[in-house]
Amino acid sequence: MSKAAPRGANSAPSQRPLADSRAPDEGDGVETSPSVSDRIAKTTCYMCACRCGIDVHIKDGKVRYINGNKDHPVNRGVICGKGSSGIMQHYSPARLKKPLLRTGPRGSGEFREIEWDEALTIATERLSAIRRTDPKKLAFFTGRDQSQSLTGWWASKFGTPNFAAHGGFCSVNMAAGGLYTIGGSFWEFGEPDWDNTRYFMLFGVAEDHDSNPIKIGLGKLKARGAKVVSINPCRTGYNAIADDWIGIRPGTDGLFVLALVHELLKAGRIDLDYLLRYTNAPVLVVQAPGAADDGLFVRDVDGHPLAWDRLAKTPVNAADPEAKPALTGSYEIGGRRCVPVFQLIAERYLDETYAPDAVAERCGVAAETIRRIAAELAHVAFEQTIELPIAWTDWAGRRHETIKGRPVSMHAMRGISAHSNGFHTCRAIHLLQVLLGTVDVPGGFRFKPPYPRPAPPGPKPCGKNVRPMTPLDGMPLGFVCGPDDLLVDEDGRPARIDKAYSWEAPLAAHGLMHSVIRNAWAGDPYPIDTLMMYMSNMAWNSSMNTVETIAMLTDKDGAGAYKIPFIIYSDAYYSETVAFADLVLPDTTYLERHDCISLLDRPISHADGPGDAIRHPVVQPDRDVRPFQSVLIELGARLGLPCFVEEDGSAKYRDYADYIVNHERTPGLGPLAGWRGKDGGSIGRGDVNPDQLQRYIDNGGFWHQDFSDDQRYYKMGNRAYLDFAVEMGFIPKAEPIVFQLYSEPIQRFRLAARGHGTVQPPDAERNRIETYMDPLPFWYAPVEEDAVDLERYPLHALTQRPMHMYHSWGSQNAWLRQITSQNRLFVHADTATTLGLADDDWVWIESLNGRVKGQIKLIDGVNPDTVWTWNAIGKRRGSWGLKDDAAESNRGFLLNHIIGDQTSADANGKRYSNSDPITGQAAWFDVRVRIAKCAAEEAGFTEPQFERFARPPHFEPSPDVLRFGAAFRMKREAAE
Amino acid sequence: MHPAFSVVFFTTATGAGYGLLALLGLLGGLGFIPADFWLGLVGMALAFGLIVAGLLSSTGHLGRPERAWRAFSQWRSAWLSREGVASVVTFIPACIFGIGWVFLGKSGGWVAVAGLLAAAGAVTTVCTTGMIYASLKPIAQWHSRYTLPAYLIFAGMTGSVLTNALLQAFKQGSTAMLIGTLLATLAGWGWKLTTWRYNDRLEIPTTANTATGLAGGTVRSIEWPHTEENYLLKEMGFRIARKHSAKLRRITQAMAFAAPSVLLAVTFALPWPFAAIVSVAAAISQLAGILVERWLFFAEAKHTVMLYYGRE
Amino acid sequence: MTCLPARTEKKLGLVIDLDTCVGCQACVTACKEWNTGGHMAPLTDIDPYGGHVDGVWFNRVHTYEHMTELGGRTVNFPRSCLHCETPACVTVCPTGASYKRASDGIVLVDEDKCIGCKLCSWACPYGAREFDTDVGVMKKCTLCVDRIYNDNLAEEDRVPACVAACPTSARHFGDLGDPASAISQLVEERGGVALMPELGYKPTNRYLPPRARSQRAAKVDAPALEPIKVEGGFLGWIDRMLSN
Ligand SMILES: Nc1nc2c(c(=O)[nH]1)N[C@H]1C(S)=C(S)[C@@H](COP(=O)(O)OP(=O)(O)OC[C@H]3O[C@@H](n4cnc5c(=O)[nH]c(N)nc54)[C@H](O)[C@@H]3O)O[C@H]1N2
Ligand SMILES: Nc1nc2c(c(=O)[nH]1)N[C@H]1C(S)=C(S)[C@@H](COP(=O)(O)OP(=O)(O)OC[C@H]3O[C@@H](n4cnc5c(=O)[nH]c(N)nc54)[C@H](O)[C@@H]3O)O[C@H]1N2
Ligand code: SF4
Ligand code: SF4
Ligand code: SF4
Ligand code: SF4
Ligand code: SF4
Ligand SMILES: [Mo]
Repeated sequence: MSKAAPRGANSAPSQRPLADSRAPDEGDGVETSPSVSDRIAKTTCYMCACRCGIDVHIKDGKVRYINGNKDHPVNRGVICGKGSSGIMQHYSPARLKKPLLRTGPRGSGEFREIEWDEALTIATERLSAIRRTDPKKLAFFTGRDQSQSLTGWWASKFGTPNFAAHGGFCSVNMAAGGLYTIGGSFWEFGEPDWDNTRYFMLFGVAEDHDSNPIKIGLGKLKARGAKVVSINPCRTGYNAIADDWIGIRPGTDGLFVLALVHELLKAGRIDLDYLLRYTNAPVLVVQAPGAADDGLFVRDVDGHPLAWDRLAKTPVNAADPEAKPALTGSYEIGGRRCVPVFQLIAERYLDETYAPDAVAERCGVAAETIRRIAAELAHVAFEQTIELPIAWTDWAGRRHETIKGRPVSMHAMRGISAHSNGFHTCRAIHLLQVLLGTVDVPGGFRFKPPYPRPAPPGPKPCGKNVRPMTPLDGMPLGFVCGPDDLLVDEDGRPARIDKAYSWEAPLAAHGLMHSVIRNAWAGDPYPIDTLMMYMSNMAWNSSMNTVETIAMLTDKDGAGAYKIPFIIYSDAYYSETVAFADLVLPDTTYLERHDCISLLDRPISHADGPGDAIRHPVVQPDRDVRPFQSVLIELGARLGLPCFVEEDGSAKYRDYADYIVNHERTPGLGPLAGWRGKDGGSIGRGDVNPDQLQRYIDNGGFWHQDFSDDQRYYKMGNRAYLDFAVEMGFIPKAEPIVFQLYSEPIQRFRLAARGHGTVQPPDAERNRIETYMDPLPFWYAPVEEDAVDLERYPLHALTQRPMHMYHSWGSQNAWLRQITSQNRLFVHADTATTLGLADDDWVWIESLNGRVKGQIKLIDGVNPDTVWTWNAIGKRRGSWGLKDDAAESNRGFLLNHIIGDQTSADANGKRYSNSDPITGQAAWFDVRVRIAKCAAEEAGFTEPQFERFARPPHFEPSPDVLRFGAAFRMKREAAE
Repeated sequence: MHPAFSVVFFTTATGAGYGLLALLGLLGGLGFIPADFWLGLVGMALAFGLIVAGLLSSTGHLGRPERAWRAFSQWRSAWLSREGVASVVTFIPACIFGIGWVFLGKSGGWVAVAGLLAAAGAVTTVCTTGMIYASLKPIAQWHSRYTLPAYLIFAGMTGSVLTNALLQAFKQGSTAMLIGTLLATLAGWGWKLTTWRYNDRLEIPTTANTATGLAGGTVRSIEWPHTEENYLLKEMGFRIARKHSAKLRRITQAMAFAAPSVLLAVTFALPWPFAAIVSVAAAISQLAGILVERWLFFAEAKHTVMLYYGRE
Repeated sequence: MTCLPARTEKKLGLVIDLDTCVGCQACVTACKEWNTGGHMAPLTDIDPYGGHVDGVWFNRVHTYEHMTELGGRTVNFPRSCLHCETPACVTVCPTGASYKRASDGIVLVDEDKCIGCKLCSWACPYGAREFDTDVGVMKKCTLCVDRIYNDNLAEEDRVPACVAACPTSARHFGDLGDPASAISQLVEERGGVALMPELGYKPTNRYLPPRARSQRAAKVDAPALEPIKVEGGFLGWIDRMLSN
């Protein structure tokens, strides 16, 4: 029997079909070849943000089965627990059916159904009034969606700066930490070189966006016997299979990592050549305390940073490939003392405060362990180097016969980012990677296109001068390079409702969605009129301090009007947030609409080449619902927003599908990079191709371009890659991307705090800016810890993503919720003993912010000072199509109730958003708690309890028995 | 194991029924019990009644009772099938014996043969029932040398206590029968006590280690595959508190063994009708006690699947 | 016929790598999704949106902590039918509904014969059989008998749903009766074990034990780092390195 070469991830010889897969004649009458589907539609999964390719098998007009697309670059045929349960999401009883207009009080869930035209008219009138008077009174924030290039574009055309997606409460620390340092980042924008790495360090990851790629990768490491080291207070999932588990104390990774740096420096186990070629280590930094340029780079007349040439004994352009720059020393240039960046690095991290013995106790990691890890890193990086026999040419035209690699790779996510010291910790990890010379090298951490980009990338945030009927002069989100780029008024007051790019969160590259509700409620910095939200459960699991947040959403002024006057929300299901909207715009499910996973947004690229993808309707909606992107485009047209209407005022785009194909951001660049040009012959840049979508569908719903071998590594300085990146429009110029170990933009804020420059922080902020805006990574205790009494609240409380649940959506899924419908609080057995707690006890979990009740489970695999639970399992009664007795609302709990959304008052009595002071990243994991057994009569049910939501019109009670699949069989057997 | 009433009643009733049938067949057939229409009728009716009621109740436990007939097919491998076959086959000699002994008032000869065959069938059937449980390796408390004898002893015991009550009621009581019954009851008591002692000291080689293949140390379940109770937990995860089972064991002993023994002993000294009343009381007490014993038989049995759930 | 075949031509089964399984539940829902429309359809769910939800599944993943003197290890443990060679779940069946195929060794239930006496689930030490109270019959893992031979699937897709899904490649499928087969080799090389061998059911499936803290563990034998010992210390060393 002839066999094609096996495709896909699970194609080991022990995972293939039988050599002879013909049915034996057992004679037991079993139908071994039932027909599976009438047709297979290939699209992109959206049971989570990983965006795998799926084959949807349609039988008798229903979805029979969903499996992974073997050709897809993201999942290569595998599928996760959520993806396989898509059927139950698609047929969820909680699906919204028709636009809803609130009739009862906010939060009651009392609505009446209205027609789409009425819904759009209401929205249009409201929004055009805002646009005519003061566009910033519209706050438009989006969550899980993957259409931020459209929504951001729409906001900017509308003219409001008050736009952001969920990144601010998600992982902006990783994005900003990376983009300001190496021009790329962890999260889903880079990945380990799974095929070559020999030593993999995983910091604070339970699941991440790259759900399947990470699992596929771990599978490869295990198959090869490469070493996996997990740094995580919890030993579950990925961390359970690590060869080495380091149960670190939450919030102390910065110390741990800088101690590793200390050890490596002390032993001289660093890659000097790499530092010289790809980083700003040699760049000279002005050392003139008090001066306006203290700590800034020494530059030549054209603004090129200078280095000191060891041989010529003169300053040289640091980028000059012929230069022989010094890394140490102190030099006089124009009568001013300056030192190379590396000198500063050495001075700081060689200091004994970063010695393993100095940090061990605080981290809860033995000094020997830290030394051992440092030794192992050095050993693998420098003694187990790999060399791929591939010639390549660097940016300066130097040809290299082979590609050298150091097979140490790292990945980090929210365990780092969700702390208020996450930005610096993330920078510290990148510093460690760079010192070892492991970024974008074989066996190391690799960029996914369109990254790397200049650190930080180009566009600055817009929204300083907001005028009626006027678009912003760019996109609302971007990257600041100093105080001048902040969005603040002359008194330093924030220009944005979420206070992003203000002195309170200068590098808030993703906004602060988690502070919008409070600020809008408080009218601080100003009141808004309409809050429009999309795909984010802000009245529940994506807000901190849920109880108060709900109160703010429903709070009224003296006149009896809601303090947040109008709320428009688009959801596909009856989530907690729907009940708080005045106008509900029901969306389709992911199998019923067009979507675009674009290089302009969060593409599906992997390190070996760029890619993007679409979703397309594989089944038709059976309800009166519409894709939100199409609705947004129609709103744009009704409002007459520039670029959404033709000269004659008619709609420019029929719907989202039409926009995906015909929209051009700049000439030749559109949402999709594949099959551009009339004939579909070009990629990246090219004319609009009318049948682009069909080409995508024919190709399984995605486009992917594999790099040539010489483009795959050293992308920050690889000519072949950089030229390609320019062609594709990833970067403006084919210039090397220099890793910013020392960050000049951050130093500029410090200088402002010291009184230099025109844009000055309010005096109350100077201290904070001075402290946190450190140009080199450093560690400080999470903000919350300085505030709370650690005697009273001795424990850290964390959440983890269950691999089989996506935030709040999983609980409406008849299959997934069977796996977890009650979340336990996991407590270390020894900790429990000292607290007199036993397995299955019900406890109060109390923080500064309040208390919540849950049931504990004793385990061994957790840092003893840490308790944790699964995220977003607890639900509010009446939501998600669940029955009143559902465990989710009776025994499951939501930790968010006790996570404060503000810090405790500082010396000036000021309370900030509970976020990283640099990026505004929500500090979910800073919360400190105590736990105590609850009274006997309090056991068995969770608290706080909330009033039950009313059931929307035409919602049937959910079924008592589910026989999904019986129909397929009946039809099949009838046919036989 | 979940003590489903249908099964508890089934095993108890058929046990007593077949025990009674066997004794009537034996003693009646050989003429130790003189053929007497009313005694015979009541006796046989009682035996058949218990057997049929038991068998019917067992089908109540089925998901598809209408297909119960299929259960006879696998006698070559399955004890449940063998039990089915045996129970049905036993009806044939039992009926012939009944006709001869009760309606024709005969004993000896072909009636004796039929009676002996009926007795043999009854014993066989009880054995097959016992083997259904004794053969289940995942349940150590059942998969032991105590189970099969227990079924036989209890069938004989309850059978004789019924026979005795019957004879006493019809003024046919005999010391021999009384002694036999008393001895059977004491035997049953003894057997139960040794079984309990055995089970309480049982060291099961199958552990969470062998169940998971994780050698050495301890294996502790920290998360189930599902947070709510499923079929496995409902059917095989039945738990009974030590205190509770100790209490029920005491009740079993009092009702199934102690009380009947005393009552039987008293019977020696009593004239009819008191002897009859007391003997019937003994029978009722013992049957009730055995129901409790049988409930415990299930409730105290532990299935290896619970090792996966860490549920003791 | 519930007498066991004397021997089976093949011994098809699964091998599960406990060193790699992260407990993601993909195999669990992929199994549910395929089979609820497959040979034993449906895998009924009772009270699917309520407080006593209870559905039929063929594959379930547990999580354990294995504590030895070498320390603790968290182990995710998928549990499904092991397609035993001498399984009492078959021999106890009074109706012939439960049977083991002579050709490939797959253990199946013929629903049309099943009277729902539950005896087979009592006889299975591994909890691999689940009763469908709605239909009144016993159901279990079919080893995807309606996939592995299915002409309506592309050849490459003729593997169990759980094996195809597993994102970490922790699940393997093949003929464990053939010592030369890739899967038998894997078991050999990784010291695969059978579950509860003492009960004598002779499971076909094997589990590959975790490697951490075993002689099979991934290790890096790195010498301890030595502080630089040139005069001028670290910075002096840098200059030296750069100047040559
Ligand atoms: N299945 C599933 N996948 C998802 C999601 C989902 O809801 N479900 N959500 C998606 C989204 S939006 C995001 S942002 C990503 C997030 O993916 P992850 O980054 O995996 O997010 P978490 O689940 O919060 O995991 C945080 C991990 O960090 C650990 N941790 C907490 N504090 C510290 C610390 O101080 N140091 C260290 N070293 N570790 C720490 C926690 O124990 C936990 O294991 O996942 C995405 N993927
Ligand atoms: N305690 C704690 N809280 C956390 C976190 C944590 O780790 N711990 N993680 C934080 C992080 S990183 C994130 S990203 C957030 C995520 O929190 P959210 O952004 O709120 O994500 P979801 O809970 O998935 O809610 C998304 C909403 O989108 C709706 N939805 C689903 N599909 C569709 C669709 O197709 N169309 C439309 N219009 N709507 C749809 C869902 O019904 C749901 O109401 O949670 C944050 N909250
Ligand atoms: S990882 Fe996310 S996108 Fe991929 S299959 Fe699973 S749910 Fe779907
Ligand atoms: S695992 Fe259980 S059900 Fe499967 S064959 Fe073995 S005994 Fe039978
Ligand atoms: S439940 Fe069905 S398959 Fe199982 S033993 Fe009874 S009849 Fe056989
Ligand atoms: S082989 Fe098929 S039926 Fe068995 S567990 Fe895997 S997916 Fe389920
Ligand atoms: S799919 Fe693979 S990794 Fe996930 S639980 Fe199953 S076996 Fe484990
Ligand atoms: Mo997130």
